[in-house]
Amino acid sequence: MIAGLRIDPTVAWALAALIVVLVVAEAAVIYLRRSKPERDWTELKLRIHSWWVIVIAGGIALVLNPIAVLVVLAVVSYLALKEYLSVVPTRRADRAVLLIAYLAIPTQWWWIAQEQYGFFIIWVPVYLFMVVPAMMVLRGEVSGFLRALGTLHWGLMLCVFAIGHVAYLFVLPEEGQAGPGGAGLLLLLLILTQGNDVAQYVWGRIFGRHKIAPSVSPNKTVEGFVGGLVITTIVAGLIGPLLAPLSWPMALWVGALMAVSGFFGDLTVSAVKRDIGIKDTGTLIPGHGGVLDRIDSLIFAAPLFFHFMRYFYY
Amino acid sequence: MWRLLFHWLVTKPLMLLFVGLHVRNPERLPMTGPAIVVANHNSHADTVALTSLFPSRILHKVRPVAAADYFMSSKAMAWFSTRCMGILPFDRHARERGEDPLTGCIEALDRGCILILFPEGSRGEPERLQRFKKGICHLAKRRPEVPIVPVYLHGLGKVLPRGAFLPVPFFCDAFVGPPLADRPEDTDAFVEALEGAMAKLVEGTRFPEWD
Repeated sequence: MIAGLRIDPTVAWALAALIVVLVVAEAAVIYLRRSKPERDWTELKLRIHSWWVIVIAGGIALVLNPIAVLVVLAVVSYLALKEYLSVVPTRRADRAVLLIAYLAIPTQWWWIAQEQYGFFIIWVPVYLFMVVPAMMVLRGEVSGFLRALGTLHWGLMLCVFAIGHVAYLFVLPEEGQAGPGGAGLLLLLLILTQGNDVAQYVWGRIFGRHKIAPSVSPNKTVEGFVGGLVITTIVAGLIGPLLAPLSWPMALWVGALMAVSGFFGDLTVSAVKRDIGIKDTGTLIPGHGGVLDRIDSLIFAAPLFFHFMRYFYY
Repeated sequence: MWRLLFHWLVTKPLMLLFVGLHVRNPERLPMTGPAIVVANHNSHADTVALTSLFPSRILHKVRPVAAADYFMSSKAMAWFSTRCMGILPFDRHARERGEDPLTGCIEALDRGCILILFPEGSRGEPERLQRFKKGICHLAKRRPEVPIVPVYLHGLGKVLPRGAFLPVPFFCDAFVGPPLADRPEDTDAFVEALEGAMAKLVEGTRFPEWD
């Protein structure tokens, strides 16, 4: 769907709906600050402001040009990988290997832009799985080899392979077909995973009693998880058939899948941060932390959503 | 003119897109001279990172102090160092000839410049702090009213360590401290106070392993 762009009415409505949601959120913050001025609402305010930037920038990219969407997602992948490599232990001997790892992004995005599914799907798990250790072997530094190799390849799976699926989703539908197309799929995935984060958070804050993974993420509760699951499944049933060629029972399945995989992605990144001993992976997004902190729920959800859609519909 | 071009075309984009410098307490940076900014030194990128923190309108006042024998060694190098980076050449061998090595720095401070100084001397082992040299103490003693602001840089030694040609992107941090309050007369005590102030800036911060 690279050539020729029309902004689908459903996509336009979805973007408008997101802006309405943000306006409501802003109003809620104003209300909370008035009714409970003793509490600090700065972080919530920063979070919502960051969401404005994300929604407006994403909306402009969607309206502007399909290439712009791919470029934005490539930049996200780059920032995520840079954040990851900046917080994990690395070896000085591997500097050149890290540069090659960064080159995985433009190459992966080239396969996406060309819609070369075959190369796209094996580029990181087969070719880089071979190239990265080969380069490391040539550097000759064996102390810490396994750790360096494992750390780097997992980072590539996370930041290039998984985020690459978000980008490929955009070019998945055939060109010229009616309907919301790739933009619809992209919006559905992002609304479900990010909405699930918010729903989990809100339900957890209001009804949270039982910690679900106390050693990994003490703020996550069973009540929050279930609340997120229920809301995300319902939302998917409502908007899934509009934004994607999903029947509503299938859309419900997608919603549940996104809630569960988003939850595990979030927890996995939390566990990594605990292991390293940091709170946030970065400081790029005010109120949220780093890019990785924001996209953690996508790392499993994006590939699962992609392959679900590809298997059943494309 | 070259300096402004370099600032907007190289320094800013490099720091924004390639490195991603996160500054803690940027409001503590001196925006008027005379002032001395001291930082740890791991990489040529340190100078670029520090100058990127100043707005372009006062850039002409910001002068990184750099070894003349290295940065003025060839014509091309000297052109780049003085025109694009705006360095203040420091003659490391002046004392052997019985001259005062600090004359240039003192004059610049008296003109209201903001000096950027790396008291470790040369770039050491990346991401390791070496002992500070004494030049900064003499400068502090001769201009006791000039504020000395410590900045701890982390990560730039990973981006471009000594001896490397290709830079690798990493997010970097700059921790700006308050002006040095304790300025003992004794040079050793002064060095210790400055080193202590630098160490305090990153107290409790965990940096990932890198070696």
